[in-house]
Formats: sequence, structure tokens, C-alpha cells
Amino acid sequence: MSDVLNNLVASPQTPGTKHYAPFAVTDEINAQADKRIAQYPDDRKRSAVLPLLHIVQHEFGFISSDSIDWIAGKLDIEQIKVLEVVTFYPGLRQTAPGKFHIRVCRTLSCAMGGSYELVEKLCELTKTDLSKMDPHHHPIVVSPCGQYSVEFAECLASCGTAPVCLVNDDFHEGVAPDMAGDLLNKYKD
Amino acid sequence: MSEATTEKLPKDVAAEDGMVNVQVDGNWIQVPKGTRMIEACKIAEKEVPHYCYHPKLSSPGNCRMCLVQMGMPPRPAPGEDPKFKDDGFQEIGWMPRPVIACANTVAENMGIRTTGELVESCRHGVMEFLLINHPLDCPICDQAGECSLQEFSVEHGRGNSRFVDNKVKKPKNVDIGPRIRLDDERCIMCSRCIRFMDEVADDPALGFTDRGTHTTLTVHPGHRLDSNYSLNTADICPVGALTSNDFRFQMRVWFLKETKSIDTNCGTGSNTVIWTRGSEIFRVTPRENNEVNSCWMPDSHRLNFHYVNSEARLNTPMIRNTSGTHEAATWADSIQKAAEVLRIHQPGEIAIIGSGKQTNEELFLLGKLAEALETDLLTLVPRMGESDGKLVAADRNANTTGATLLWDTEDPYAKLDAIREGVRSKKIKTLVVFYENLLEEAGFKEEDLANLNLLVSNHILPNGTAKNSHIVLPGAAFAEKRGSMVNITGRLQRLNKAIEPPAGAMDDWEIIRDLIAALDKKAAPLYLIEDVLKAIGAAVPAFEEQTFSKIGDQGIQITVTGQTIPLLDKEHQRIERGEIVG
Amino acid sequence: MSDIQYIDGKQPHQREHRLIFKNIDRVGWNPSLDTYRNDGGYKQLKDALKWEPKAITNEVKKSGLRGRGGAGFPTGVKWGFIPPNNTKPVYLICNADESEPGTFKDRYILHQDPHQLIEGMVISCFAVGAHLAYIYIREEFPEAAEILERALEEARNANLLGDNILGSGFNCQIHIHRGAGAYICGEETGLIESLEGKRPYPRIKPPYFPAAMGLYMCPTIVNNVESLCHVKHIIQMGAEEYAKLGTPRNTGTRIVCVSGDVKKPGYFEIQVGKMTMGELLNDVCGGPKDGRKFKAVIPGGSSAKILRCDEKFNVSCPPGTEKREISFEEIPLDFDTLAACGTMAGSGGVIVMDDSRKMSWVLNNLNKFYAHESCGQCTPCREGSTWMRKITDRLVAGKASPSDIDTLNSIAYQIDGKTVCAFGEACSWPVEAMVDKFRAELVSETSEDNESIAHSAESEAQRRFLQPQG
Repeated sequence: MSDVLNNLVASPQTPGTKHYAPFAVTDEINAQADKRIAQYPDDRKRSAVLPLLHIVQHEFGFISSDSIDWIAGKLDIEQIKVLEVVTFYPGLRQTAPGKFHIRVCRTLSCAMGGSYELVEKLCELTKTDLSKMDPHHHPIVVSPCGQYSVEFAECLASCGTAPVCLVNDDFHEGVAPDMAGDLLNKYKD
Repeated sequence: MSEATTEKLPKDVAAEDGMVNVQVDGNWIQVPKGTRMIEACKIAEKEVPHYCYHPKLSSPGNCRMCLVQMGMPPRPAPGEDPKFKDDGFQEIGWMPRPVIACANTVAENMGIRTTGELVESCRHGVMEFLLINHPLDCPICDQAGECSLQEFSVEHGRGNSRFVDNKVKKPKNVDIGPRIRLDDERCIMCSRCIRFMDEVADDPALGFTDRGTHTTLTVHPGHRLDSNYSLNTADICPVGALTSNDFRFQMRVWFLKETKSIDTNCGTGSNTVIWTRGSEIFRVTPRENNEVNSCWMPDSHRLNFHYVNSEARLNTPMIRNTSGTHEAATWADSIQKAAEVLRIHQPGEIAIIGSGKQTNEELFLLGKLAEALETDLLTLVPRMGESDGKLVAADRNANTTGATLLWDTEDPYAKLDAIREGVRSKKIKTLVVFYENLLEEAGFKEEDLANLNLLVSNHILPNGTAKNSHIVLPGAAFAEKRGSMVNITGRLQRLNKAIEPPAGAMDDWEIIRDLIAALDKKAAPLYLIEDVLKAIGAAVPAFEEQTFSKIGDQGIQITVTGQTIPLLDKEHQRIERGEIVG
Repeated sequence: MSDIQYIDGKQPHQREHRLIFKNIDRVGWNPSLDTYRNDGGYKQLKDALKWEPKAITNEVKKSGLRGRGGAGFPTGVKWGFIPPNNTKPVYLICNADESEPGTFKDRYILHQDPHQLIEGMVISCFAVGAHLAYIYIREEFPEAAEILERALEEARNANLLGDNILGSGFNCQIHIHRGAGAYICGEETGLIESLEGKRPYPRIKPPYFPAAMGLYMCPTIVNNVESLCHVKHIIQMGAEEYAKLGTPRNTGTRIVCVSGDVKKPGYFEIQVGKMTMGELLNDVCGGPKDGRKFKAVIPGGSSAKILRCDEKFNVSCPPGTEKREISFEEIPLDFDTLAACGTMAGSGGVIVMDDSRKMSWVLNNLNKFYAHESCGQCTPCREGSTWMRKITDRLVAGKASPSDIDTLNSIAYQIDGKTVCAFGEACSWPVEAMVDKFRAELVSETSEDNESIAHSAESEAQRRFLQPQG
């Protein structure tokens, strides 16, 4: 099989990989998945593809090839139909992020508020080199220490308190570029 | 005007027949209610260029090439009656925004413009967008000559390119399946192939990854596009993104001659086009027939033609000499020799084995041959498999239905076991075989064939039966002859001659005719294959008054067998549910 | 309402009329069911369940409520599109994908007042006959999703959801469905495809109008968070009273979100059409930053056409009167006048730019957004949005030629009105308006010298901050 195809589901190691357990189907994961599947009509299991992907990403940090196979089996659809969804959404990633994944809003109001400078500052402090990004398959660059990854996100819907960012699931508003250090200090270990 | 009020308006006249009036580029036509605008334009003989629309698939409306201008009569103000002009139609109010013709249906008094500034500017725009990231590698693209991008570029494209930035890079030459190759840079994301695999082939192997301008067609790694219908995706791909491994780089399509014919690999009798140059077949593609194969065809069937081009084709009659080697002979000597030996045997010592892949004309004449030899030991070799639930019929013989009609028998295979047993027990001493290699499906053993006083066989390629034959009569392959067949549903269809048989080989019906003539001097002369069909018409009620021109390209239902084609059944359900046009 | 105390520094402006945002930033307020009920919450649900479902739809129609998601389509009319002879299940979907740049109102409802939404949803479900509803919430609101999950659980436990709600015999369940970062999921048919587990490719309309053929090809009503909250207030106030808020045809209140170059950005709930642009920006938002002047405003989310602050408009103002010339400051914030001014009220996201901003930079920022968010289903938007971005990438890098500006404009018009969904307009309008209104400024950043350059390398700016869809 060609590399072109294998790369579609490959999850190359990143400095962040160490923070995440490899994908494994546990009773708990199965139970979580079944609970989500039950929220849709019986013959519409496919609807649960996003919820299941969220479960996987939340537990294991990213969407691995195995997890795609598991979801496809669980929902009785072809793997390609899961991959179609995985690769569509920037919120789903196929490689491990840092322990703290920072998503800075890139869109107009935040950009006017200094979000580009904020990213520059965050990258500088975490020694993250965004130019190393593979923009399609693996758009996340992890700091060499593996603690942080920095990424631009499109509008996080808090334009009035620009610039804003998400660190994992925590929302931070009014993060001026010079507050980058303070922000990182909240996420040490 | 008082008279006019008593006359029916065009809308009422149309409505009586379930029709509506639609104005296409200024001309009023009547089309059935519910017709898609694009189909109405087709009826009006106005071309609407399109990429994603395919009448057999769902309509996502994504290519935006079929944008046309639409108009409807203005809605009357409350309490006001609609105003009709002298011609009985209402004024059309044209919408400023274009609409897609593929997914919208017509309505009474609708106007459609397939030309004009708005429509032309839409097509211009879409063509430009489709080409900015296209590699423009037409000189080495296998789709050249049958590429919709090329075709519509001529009519609706720009002469120059305004795009000076970098093109998007995508995977090229991707091995996605045994028979199909993918070039993602040429793909225009019309999604026809994905929909075909989802909706028709029932093997959702294809999908898009990424998004926006980076949207990329692919298979899942580890899952091959290996469905027996995969080559249909290359047929419906409007560009050179999906090409056939078998055909690519073999020949530029514009050098190929197209001959309409039918498939002989199973009882469905899918309608085909045979693409040839000189005496060589380059490809076989499905041809639309909504009573037979829709517009699809199994890969296994369409690719089963390479043997026709084989170097090893038998190209001269041969007679085995006393030392056991075959020597080239003339047709006259070969036929004469066969007739001589046959004549000295008793009817019970003679058997004839024909093939379910033979034409009606050949089978009819085989029946006549049996009559001439006064034997009733006449059979075909059964070739039963399993239906794939789509287009591959369980009966892999193309003309079993024809044989039952022509020989007036329930089971044209009934005597095979008896004949095989007769040969083994040496009761049968002479055997005339057409097309079949007895050592395969027929279940004969080589040592049994050695028992025979005479084995006359017709083949197109050397095989075990030919080897053991006393006389070998080289015949014509399916693409080298004319004739008719009746498919599993009872449809009489026409096989056409795309290429000449090798010099020295002969059309099978003529071989049988000559054999009969050599045995029975009083047999009516048959000069043309038309004469044979005429004779069949006179003898077999189902064929009464049939001629090749009457059969035409789409065939004629001459009997009802009760068998249906599963893929068509599914298609009819989808049409009924309004999912596809059909 | 005078007894309501707000958190210091977050008090509503005196020109505001807080209905939907009554509880936002309220002292002592939390998103729990108890708090909501103690404040009189779920009373309207109890009342509504005694109504004829059709009567609720009529009441919403009468109220004149127009969708707050962006298109401004009358909510009650939308509900009325469910085929009368329908036998299939009906679904209701709350569009909480809040993704139009410049818009940040739903976030606060979801975080602080989830039960208001749930109450509005159950009433709406009852009105349209839906027994199963989903809240499609964007992935970027992880905390809000948790808050909602908890609120739904509380509501289930209190029999405000589930079977036989409050003894009425009405059954209704609501589930949360999280997106994963796609603007296109804010488009209702894209959202439905996403909810079905497919790529969120918007459907063609006709024939796939959600009210007839929506989720699972069943009748489906998709409403914005704010719109569904309004339903509760319409029941509470009665349509007639509600319609007295705002102006005729532009009734009720709406939340305007102001961001960018103003002294006090934020969210403000105002009566529709009762406040002008000038009042909003100067009085409510404190005017431009010191030493700056307003230059341009995007009035209804990033897709809305930009307005110059020195522009004059010849429009009927108020709607229905003789046309007259008004200045930018005089534009009332309603659906119709903004449309007459060539832009739209959209989602209520007002983005303000002062004279320090280069329009090429602003446009490039938006083009990056749209190129990134185009789903790629249909040709003009898929190819055109990225092409426009590539041109403005060069523009901001000083590598564009004057003819690029014309090309940019014509690409936009080649997309506008020719796509499956409104994203075509969303991505082309900013370009059309910017070229229309700031052509001279854009051209001034180009050079004839670049005319002959083969722009083979992508611009520096793009390389510097490569976007995921680079």
C-alpha cells in the first residue's frame, strides 16, 4: 500500500505522545460510547460518529488509526466514512498535542487585539517552531519539552474580550501578548 | 376574446395528461410534471453542461456548472386573477439569481434560459474555478478526448489564465484498487464515484478527506476499491481522475471505433460499446439500457475480451493426420471430411454440443444440423454460478433463454450427462462441438475423447478439446460476429460485429450452415445472417417477423421469463422514491 | 426588574433593554435549576403546555420574531413550513454553533442561563410537535457543553424533560451534540448533515428545506439559541406586548455584540431599531480609542458588507417612509434599514475598525477565515475562497498588482449567488464591499511592477503563520 494512503491515518510520534495512553477499548469507553449512541434513533447510529471521536480524543489525546477502526465497527460504517469526518474538522487531531494544548483565536477581532503577537510570544516561550507544521495531516506543533502545543483556531466567539484562547478545555479571555508568560505559568505540570 | 375564454388554456390541456408547459430558450414544450429542469432542457434539445449530475445517482448539486436562469409568472396580488396573454401563457418574471437545473423540477409556465449573459457568466466562472488548480496535463492524460473539462472549456472557458499563484498539490498516481488509478489533482470533486459506490455498488469504499480546496478523494488505507463494479467509476468520472489500469495509455480514444453490442458473459446481456482500432479491441464499456443494465457493467465482464486479441488465435481449419498432428486444411476439405465421417454413422452414434454463449442464429442452425443428422443428442453446457444481486446473473451463459425458445425445450442442458456417458461408454462415436472446451465445465475426460471416431470442434483458441479433435474449425469471437441473443428476462438483443475475425477463421453460423449443406444437399440456401433470423421467425413464434433493424440498439422483449435483474429492481425503487431521475 | 443587581463593571447600559440577557452577569446568579426556578423559571413552560400547539406557533408568528442567527427569517413562519399532513417524527435543533466572527452572544446564555434555553426549547418542541431535540454546540465551548449537560440532567430529574412533562402528557428529550470546529455547521443543512454523522456539506434547497426534509429526511426546525430563548418571553409577555418592543417588522430585543476598536466593547441587548449606529458606538461603547477615529464597521458578523464611517445612505428610514439621506451614525440597528444600506444585521456582531487599520490586512484576515472554513463541496466557493486569500496574501506582502484588485472583485462576483449555501455570499461579500468602498486604499498598496512578476512563491505572510489549510 502506498505511503500516500498510509499517511492518512498515521499518527507520527510527537514530544507530546508520552502524555497519552495508547488507544485501547475498555469497558468504560464502550459504556460511554453506548450512552452516546443511545441518544440517536436506533437506525441512525452513524450520528454518533462525532460524539465517539470526542470520547476517543478526550481519553487518548488524538484520533489514531485503531480508534477509527473501532468507531467504524461500533457504528457499522466503513472506516473511510469515519476518516472523512476526522479529516474535515480542525477540532479533531491525528497526532498527540502537548500536555497543554493552546488554541489562540486568529480571526479578525482577536487579530486586531494582538492574537498573532500572542502566538509569537507563546511560541517563543515554549520554543515551539510553527514553521515545522505539516498544514494538512498534522497541523499541530508540539514544544520540544512536550508540555505545550500552540495552534491558531478560528473565531472562538468571544470577540469582545480579545484576544482569547483555549488551553485544553479552559477558556481565557483578554490575554494580551505580554500576558503569555502568566498564562503558561498556570499550566506547568 | 369571448371565444377565447371558452377555450382551454395550455396549462389545462397539459394538466390532463399530467404534463406542464415549460418555455426553454423561447420555445414552449410540454414535459411530464416532476421533470428535472435539466431533463426538460434535454427534451428541448438544449444542452446544459454539467459534471456532478448523473440521472442514476442522487443529486448533490455541487459542481454548479448547470446554472441556468429561471422564470415564473408573477404571483397575482390578493384578490386578483392571474393574467394570460393571447397565446394562453402568463408573462414570465425572470429571477436575477441563477438556479441549478439538475435538482430543480419544472412547474407550469416556467421559463428556462440556457443561454444569455447571466448563464454564460456563471459557466465562465465555474470553468475558471475548475481549472485554476487543475494540472492542465491534457497531453498525457488518458481522459483526453472524452473529458468534460476539455469539452466545456472549448465552449465556456477563457482563453487566458488569471491565476498566477501556486496550485494546490495533491496525490498523483495513487493505487487505490486493482483496476483503478487515481490522480487527485485532476479530480473536480463532483462526487459521482463516491455516490456510485455508496448507492449502486453497495461498497462505500470511496470518500473525501480534508476540506475546502484541499478536499481529496481517497480510499481508506487497507480498504481497496476492488468491487466488481469499480470500473464504472472511471466511466462516470467526467475528468481524468479515475482511469482504468487496463485501458490507460493503450490508445487515444479518438482513434477508436465504437460498436454497439451486448455482453456475452452472463444471461443479463449488458449492453456494451466495443472500442476497437484495426482488428484489436481496446476496451468494452457499458451502454445505457434501462431494461437491462441501466448504465453499469461488472468489471469481470467488461475486461473479458483480451483473449480475442490473442496471438494464439486459431486462424486456419486443421485436420489431424494419422500420426496425430494437426495439419492446416482448406475450409472445403475440412467441412467435406467432417460430413463424410458423420454420414457413415448411425443417428444414435452422433451427438452435438453447442454453447449457451452462441447466438440465436447459431443455435437455430445447430438444431437444423441435428435434424440433418437425425440425432436428438443435442445439448448445451450449463454454466451456473451465483447471482451477485446486481448485474451478474446466476446463469453465466448469455443465451439460455434463446436456446429454450429455439429448441422448444425446458432444459437445453438436459442431454449433456447422457452424451458424456455415451462418449465414455463408446456408444456415441462422433461428436460435433461448438465453442465449448469439453474438458472444462462440460466435465469430459481426455481419455473419453480418445474413444471417438470423429471429434469436430469449433474454437477460437487452442485448448484440450481442439487438441483431441480430428477436425478443428476456427471460429469468430463475440466481437467478430453479428447475431441475436435473448437475455434472462426474455429480451431479444443484437450482437454486432466490431472487428473482423482472423483471416482463415469463419463466422460460426456460416460454419454450421456449410456443414448442414454438406450433409443435406436439399437444405435451403442461406446467404445472409438476416436469412437465418427470417427462418427463425418462420419457425419459432416468439421470433415472428423479427429483424435485426427491428431489434435495434435497445432490444425487444419477446417473452416474459419471470426473471428480473436485481440492480434494475433497486433502481426502480429509487426512481419511485424520487431519489434519482433514472 | 429594578431589584436585579449586576456584577460591578458589568452593569447593563441604561439604553439596554434586558430580556434574554436579564440574568447575565447578575449578582447571585448561577446556572442551576434552583436559581432559575426561584426566579420564576419554567412557569412559561407550564403555561404553554396547556395551549394548543398551533396557538403557540401563531403567537410566535404574531410576535414578529425574526431569527437571530443571521438570516432574520421569521421564526413562526419557519415553524409553519412543517407539512400539515406529516406523519414522520419532527425534530427540533438548537443551533448553538455560534461561529460567525464578531458574534459572542450565545456563549453567555449557554454558560450562565442554560435553563432559559431549555425552557424555550421545550416550549418550541411542544409547538412544532417534536419529541426529540438536539443542541448542536460548537466544540470550542467545552465548558458550556458541560454546563448544558448538567442543566439537562437537572431538567430530566425535575420532569421538565422526558415523558409526560409536568403531567401534560407531552414527551420530549433533548441531547447535546458537539461539533468539531467548522463554521459551515452553523448553516442549518450543514449542521443536519454533521448531526447525521456525515461531512457537513450543506444540502441544496430546494428540495431539502429542513422543515420538510431535514434531519433523517424528517421535518426539522433549526433555530438559533437566542431565537429559542425569545420564545419563552413571547409566551410570558404575549405576542402583542412583545411586538411593542423594537419597531414594526423588527420587533423585540436583540443582542448586539461589539468588538474591535471601541473603548468599551461588549454585548448589549437593545430594542431592535430603537438605537442608531452612532448611539451604539459613541454612547454605549464609549466612542473610538483616544486619538483615533472610526474608519469602518462590519455591522452583522464578518460576512456582512463593511460600511465606511464617512458614508451616506439614501434609504427609507424608518422603513416605509420616503427615502432620505442619512449618515452612517444615523443608521438604526434593525434588519430592514441595514439591508437597505447594502449590508445586513446578520448575527448582530459589530466589528469596528479605526483609522489605524489597513483594509488590506483586515480583508486578508477574513479571507484566511473563509478559505479555511469553506467546506469544499461546491466549485465556486471551494476554489474561489482560497484564490481570494492567495491574492490578499500577496497584497499584504506588497506583491500584488493593481489588476489583482479587479481580479479579486470579479472572483467574488463569480462566487456570489452561485453556491449551494449562503457561504458563497458570506465569503464574497467582504471582498465585494471592501473593493467597492476602499478600492483606492487597496490599489495604493499594489505596484505596477508586480504586474509582470510571476508570483510563483506564496507570500511571506502566509509562510509565517501557516494556517491548517495553508
